[in-house]
Amino acid sequence: MISALLVMALGAVILGAALGYAAVRFRVEGDPLVEKIDGILPQTQCGQCGFPGCRPYAEAIARGEADINQCPPGGEEGIKKLADLLGREAKPLSGEHGIEKAKSVAVIVENLCIGCTLCIQACPVDAIVGAAKQMHTVIATQCTGCELCLEPCPVDCIVMEPIAESVESWKWQYPVFEIARRSA
Amino acid sequence: MSRRLFNFNGGVKPPYNKEASLGEAIADFFAVAPMPAEFVIPLHQSVGGPPHPLVKAGETVKKGQLIGGPDGNVSSAVHASTSGRVKAVEMRLMPHTSGLSALCVVIEPDGKDEWIDHAPVPWRSMSPGEVRDALRDAGVVGLGGAVFPSHLKVNPGKQGHLDTLVINGAECEPFITCDDMQMRQRPDGIIKGAAILRDLTQAKQVLIGIEDNKPEAVAIMRAAVDRLQAERIEIVAVPTRYPAGGAKQLIRVLTGIEVAHGKRSTDYGVQCFNTGTAHAIHDALELGRPMISRILTVAGNVDRPRNFEVRFGTPMNDVVALCGARPDSDRYIMGGPMMGYRMPAETVPVVKATNCILVGSKAMFPPPPPEMPCIRCGECAKACPSDLAPFELFWFSRAKIFGKAQEYHLFDCIECGCCAYVCPANIPLVDYYRFAKSEIWARENEKSAADTARERYEFRLAREERDKAEKATRLAAKAAETKAKLAEQQAGSDAKKDLIAAAAARVADAENKTNAS
Amino acid sequence: MQANSPFFRRNVSIQGVMLKVLAALLPAIAVYVWFFGTAILIQIALTSIAALAGEALILSLRDKPVAIFLSDGSALVTAWLIALTFPPIAPWWLTVTATLIAIIVVKHLYGGLGQNPFNPAMVAFCLMIVAYPQMMSQWPAVGFTDFAAQVAAIFGERHIDALVMATPLDALRTGLHTPEAHATVAGIFGAGASFGNIGGKGWEWIAGGYLLGGLWLMQQRVISWRQPVAFLGTLMLIAGIASLAAPDRFAGPLFHALTGGAMLGAFFITTDPITGATTPRGKLIFAAGVAALVWIIRTFGAYPDGIAFATLLMNICVPLIDMATQPPVFGHKED
Repeated sequence: MISALLVMALGAVILGAALGYAAVRFRVEGDPLVEKIDGILPQTQCGQCGFPGCRPYAEAIARGEADINQCPPGGEEGIKKLADLLGREAKPLSGEHGIEKAKSVAVIVENLCIGCTLCIQACPVDAIVGAAKQMHTVIATQCTGCELCLEPCPVDCIVMEPIAESVESWKWQYPVFEIARRSA
Repeated sequence: MSRRLFNFNGGVKPPYNKEASLGEAIADFFAVAPMPAEFVIPLHQSVGGPPHPLVKAGETVKKGQLIGGPDGNVSSAVHASTSGRVKAVEMRLMPHTSGLSALCVVIEPDGKDEWIDHAPVPWRSMSPGEVRDALRDAGVVGLGGAVFPSHLKVNPGKQGHLDTLVINGAECEPFITCDDMQMRQRPDGIIKGAAILRDLTQAKQVLIGIEDNKPEAVAIMRAAVDRLQAERIEIVAVPTRYPAGGAKQLIRVLTGIEVAHGKRSTDYGVQCFNTGTAHAIHDALELGRPMISRILTVAGNVDRPRNFEVRFGTPMNDVVALCGARPDSDRYIMGGPMMGYRMPAETVPVVKATNCILVGSKAMFPPPPPEMPCIRCGECAKACPSDLAPFELFWFSRAKIFGKAQEYHLFDCIECGCCAYVCPANIPLVDYYRFAKSEIWARENEKSAADTARERYEFRLAREERDKAEKATRLAAKAAETKAKLAEQQAGSDAKKDLIAAAAARVADAENKTNAS
Repeated sequence: MQANSPFFRRNVSIQGVMLKVLAALLPAIAVYVWFFGTAILIQIALTSIAALAGEALILSLRDKPVAIFLSDGSALVTAWLIALTFPPIAPWWLTVTATLIAIIVVKHLYGGLGQNPFNPAMVAFCLMIVAYPQMMSQWPAVGFTDFAAQVAAIFGERHIDALVMATPLDALRTGLHTPEAHATVAGIFGAGASFGNIGGKGWEWIAGGYLLGGLWLMQQRVISWRQPVAFLGTLMLIAGIASLAAPDRFAGPLFHALTGGAMLGAFFITTDPITGATTPRGKLIFAAGVAALVWIIRTFGAYPDGIAFATLLMNICVPLIDMATQPPVFGHKED
């Protein structure tokens, strides 16, 4: 009886020591978690999460200071991926940070633009080109749809246009021949 | 004489149903049908970038006039199918399962069908690059159904010559007979086209593979090779087994070479063109005619299945009208029953990819029985010509574990449909693969967009940092300058004071003198 | 949603596959009846009814279409395998409980048709032989075909000592495992084992029935040649080597192949697509593994036959085997 207890206790001590050693010996330098979280975030840099950009938000999540449901552009799927990565329960998008919208791009209504360059300064990914008193335009392929340019525009000449599905971007649907329900 | 042939694993033997449409000669649609009210010519008809429109509404165009300019090198030109007036350049329904629209040039024909000036291309005296440009501008794309721009394939590869040029006349899809009929009726153009391709790619041998269920085509093509005294061109009858007409499968059968997914076949010293494409290349170079029509089969639930030569942009139902679709017809399929695509409407135009308009009905192609669970029987793996494990791909695709699906070589799947054809559980396997593939593509696009956005954002941050730093140094420099100036001013003002004092002294002096005098 | 290509399919169904498997069991059942009486038919009826009832119950609880799944025949295959592997005079509640456990626990709790990692009939067998070792080893004596007595054994009071006889495998084990008996293989079976009595009287005729049905399934392309060949080959090879080395202690290859559940295992159990390996090489490895384990369990184990345990042990290995034996993909054969 005693010897059995001793053996078990000894085993526990040895294993614990081994684990402790491994934790020190194979310590992972840097913070790959932030990279991984940042890799899931959509990089719109819109700031809707309450942080100045995707990376600060990723860092906040990694530190446990922010929840995983604060990114509207990432949507449900982004939350699900974060939940998978962090081993947490997925939860619905937090309403105070916005709602998930169809992916859109900013378009400048050219005959209204006064060339004030305010939107150029607001764009986090430099997707707007133009110069003072010259018409500006959005490079659609680089626009992340963050909407940060809408607010500064003094003449409200920027509109968000949802990206229309084209023959090229069309996706095959998940097959739904499932015989799931009796009534079906 | 008999050449050693190789085998590919898998494959199926579906009912071929080809005889029905072999009864009549290829008819020129223009000769036998009333002029369509309009031609709707989609600008994007090939793999690669969508061409940009070169005409505006109201312009008149001639037959063969360039209306869509290729967008970069991986793209192919589009031409007016007949002469007439451009009614509109607008979004129209595409012959695509999605039911989405894309930019089309709508031509109202004037009935004259007048050619634009065109002349043979002196390809023998041109550089390979110039020939490729000519083919691109003639809009020549693969007519087997994949519509890959042909000019990108006319390439002798790294070693400077091809070992084997394969011309694909296998035509393994059930119902379709357009290649068979073209080989029977127009063998010379195909052989001449093959000879041009042979010279362009410096191929040591040209093998024209034809499934042995087309003995007439084999005989006629052999006779044509002899008559034209074409060198190094051989007609090879290959065993009939779907999908022997897949480019990779036919290359394997004829040469024993397996071209891996994502590799160029020229790296293996082989290249493959469809017979129809060979003919089109002949027309484009020897006659100077851009690609404006193709031969297609109308088959299935029609009274008079047959082949037509049809201009691109012709509404499909105008063509089917000549064959008498039976009243219970409920859909058009572009392509064959194994790999074809359901059309969103009967009015969609014929395009370069339309090798067959298959008219379907519930009786002919009954809706699939209910999908049962996979029992891992392995029939699909036995039937798969790409040696995949389709049921594993199915599990992963169904569970949306896309990484695993890619690990099991999802993208080696050629969507031939053999697995779904043999599945005892009636699982629409190919639908799952199509779904998984398009999801993966979409995600990769999203990922690369996110990466670009991150890079640009980080660059912007770095730039702002740099600007700030520069501004700071500039300010510091300016401050120093100002200080120096101030110091100078200080010094300067002292001098001024002296001057003023001196002046004041002079004034005082003078005053004194005046007072004294 | 409308269907996409391919727009036509070969006329095959799961039901067709399962019915062929059932049909392939008929010759063996006929021989079984000839040697051991009609009790087996009662058992088949019992297990079939229990399987269908259990399947229907669970399907309706799971909100699945009952008619489609009930008619797919998979439950019947499980039921028949249970009936054929259990002693024909086992009490009715034993086979019925076993069948219900096979269908409800082993098949449906794992997700139903196509999802179960373990062969339901084999789990049922293992469970029952562990729980009721005595009843699971009471086999009727060959030639004892008295219908009334068998019915009584199944449904009523069990006064069956007179009915039962050790199976050849039992006899062999008891003989060889009792040191004081100083028995040898030849001594147990009598020196003159000739055809008709190699695997024990009657047994090899039943094995012949399975063989016949199995060959037909092969010809119908329902099963592959790989599992039966690998199974029988491995079993006979190991048995052959062992009996050459020590003929007194180990039974010969023909005995092993023709007795107990070997033939059933070769053609009907290792070939189960759902719980077996799926790759060509994997099928060989899987069946060979089962055979090796069968021989080990038969020779050294505590239970008379090892098919069920061996199958379950190899079932666990299937994901590993499949992963390790994926055949090269078209164009990737060199790398």
